[in-house]
Amino acid sequence: MTIPVLKFDAVIVGAGGAGLRSAIQLSEAGLKTAVLSKVFPTRSHTVAAQGGVAASLGNSEEDHWRWHMYDTVKGSDWLGDQDAIEFMVRKANECVVELEHYGMPFDRTDNGKIYQRPFGGHMSNFGEKPVRRSCAAADRTGHAMLHAMYQRNVKANTQFFVEWMALDLIRDSEGHVLGVTAMEMETGQIVIFHSRATIFATGGAGRIFHSSTNAFINTGDGLGMAARAGIPLEDMEFWQFHPTGVAGAGVLITEGVRGEGGILRNSDKERFMERYAPNAKDLASRDVVSRAMTTEINEGRGCGHNKDYVLLDITHLDPAVIMKRLPGIREIGLQFAGVDCIKEPLPVVPTCHYQMGGIPTHYSGRVVAPKNGDLNAVVPGFYAAGECACASVHGANRLGTNSLLDLLVFGKSAGDSAIEDLKSGKAHRELPQDVADQAQARIAALDNRKDGANVHETRLSMQRVMQNHAGVFRFGNLLKEGVDKILEVEKAARQLEIKDKSLAWNTARSEALEMENLIEVAKATMLSAEARKESRGAHVRDDAPDTPEFPNGRNDKEWLKHTLFNPVDNSIVYKPVVMQPLTVEPIALKTRSY
Amino acid sequence: MDRADYQRLRWRCVRRALLELDIALTRFLDNGFDQLDAAEQQAFVELADMEDHDLWSLISGQTKTDDPRYAPIVALIGKR
Repeated sequence: MTIPVLKFDAVIVGAGGAGLRSAIQLSEAGLKTAVLSKVFPTRSHTVAAQGGVAASLGNSEEDHWRWHMYDTVKGSDWLGDQDAIEFMVRKANECVVELEHYGMPFDRTDNGKIYQRPFGGHMSNFGEKPVRRSCAAADRTGHAMLHAMYQRNVKANTQFFVEWMALDLIRDSEGHVLGVTAMEMETGQIVIFHSRATIFATGGAGRIFHSSTNAFINTGDGLGMAARAGIPLEDMEFWQFHPTGVAGAGVLITEGVRGEGGILRNSDKERFMERYAPNAKDLASRDVVSRAMTTEINEGRGCGHNKDYVLLDITHLDPAVIMKRLPGIREIGLQFAGVDCIKEPLPVVPTCHYQMGGIPTHYSGRVVAPKNGDLNAVVPGFYAAGECACASVHGANRLGTNSLLDLLVFGKSAGDSAIEDLKSGKAHRELPQDVADQAQARIAALDNRKDGANVHETRLSMQRVMQNHAGVFRFGNLLKEGVDKILEVEKAARQLEIKDKSLAWNTARSEALEMENLIEVAKATMLSAEARKESRGAHVRDDAPDTPEFPNGRNDKEWLKHTLFNPVDNSIVYKPVVMQPLTVEPIALKTRSY
Repeated sequence: MDRADYQRLRWRCVRRALLELDIALTRFLDNGFDQLDAAEQQAFVELADMEDHDLWSLISGQTKTDDPRYAPIVALIGKR
């Protein structure tokens, strides 16, 4: 059977913030650009981002990109590359103003400037006091951003392929990337998208964990495709967790609940945060609270049948206060925990929120991978931006409002780099003979396999292993066991079976294909986490505690380096962190404390 | 509703921008949707087409709809 081939200058996979921003660059430069998305663009997970986008505009008070840079390096626990971080914070103002010109309805000050509000970790004068740096559109910043950028793309004639699923990356024998194979969900038809530039903007993979605030769509498709094409994944041990997701569902309970007086309790009804943080108690920082919750659960003081969650209690608050100050919280409890929080406490667990690692990229958006001794050799024709990419600006932990900035800056720079690389007018490289074999074989295997593994059960096994063995607070022995367990799950994930063999809108097939991507990310996470024998940022190990020699458990002598996990043979190499910024003095190593 | 239409609706319910809707809509599809008559099913299709924040505001009771076709369906989705 002949597979149809569609030719484009550029193919972008993913229509969230990073994908749409890249597409604007490419289409406005006159390049024939396709964007593939599993869902309508404005239904991408960027919609869920509420906090805002960071930029040192200084509209509300004095601010400087150098202060923003300092905060970001410190937030990253010095694992972020300082050249990429300088690049990002210096591009921030330009990117925010461009967005304003695209029609983004930012909140305004009385004199008409973009209003800015404070956000955790963003400080003035190198960590002195909080600064107002976040630009927002009420609590719908991500949503407004996507709408503004989608409209701009429509104007620029970007061609959207909505409800299409990319299956595999196409690489030739020299390693050049030539596009993707993809499936139209309405027909089940496989099509080759042959391109001169291929940009991945597929978002994160938070669904590898049992408790995740991520929507179901975040299945790490770009990471899975990259891994199958032999591209390593960088710093996958670093995942940001939020302390309070509804147990079993993952839906986020805002920090405001504890701000209004909510108290965390264990199975003895004890207010356990008094033991871990005698002063701040329930208002201690996210990582302290998450670690305390995990310790309570691990030591058998969790609640419920499986003793696997703790309780967030607001029953002592005036119901009128709950309804007025915490709108929507009662409904979240009723809907997702079956609990009326006015009468009963809410079951909560630390919940995965954001992926710091990803496909290794240079700050130009070009994907880089080891080749002939060069750890940062450019993979020709391949670019990545947003949560699926690792530039690395977030390092070991991300600051709030830097994620929307990341997707704007690196979406744009990936687009610009592709334009630059295509300037020479190079023709499309010839497609290899076996161009669609991999994708077709995967589909055929799913359709033909009998007595294989159930998709839902395999996903659940993976999520439980990840949650229990590589959660917010990590233990050497649990990580070791986790490696064996996830490799077992991987075997099942390679033998998935689906009952529904139909072509049109076969959601069982789509979910099986997503599972094959998730397992790549889960494996990379577990093995990278087991290997890193220090605590840094969001990767906190019980066996790498806070000592005078290693404050916070961080060991710069041995571990100030990026993990590159090779999914083909499960091996790891490390590459140095870029400590030299582009134009300023490096920000020297220091203990990270707030 | 024919099979392809149902499967398309299912995809559009289980892959939303907001996790809240992924869960609430999937649950309703699996438990309640097939008890609706054709007109009610059509109303649900239209609701599922709404922007995520707007739909979640309705389901979580932060906003109300006056549309007599939508209100009972919203109430059913929100019913635990």
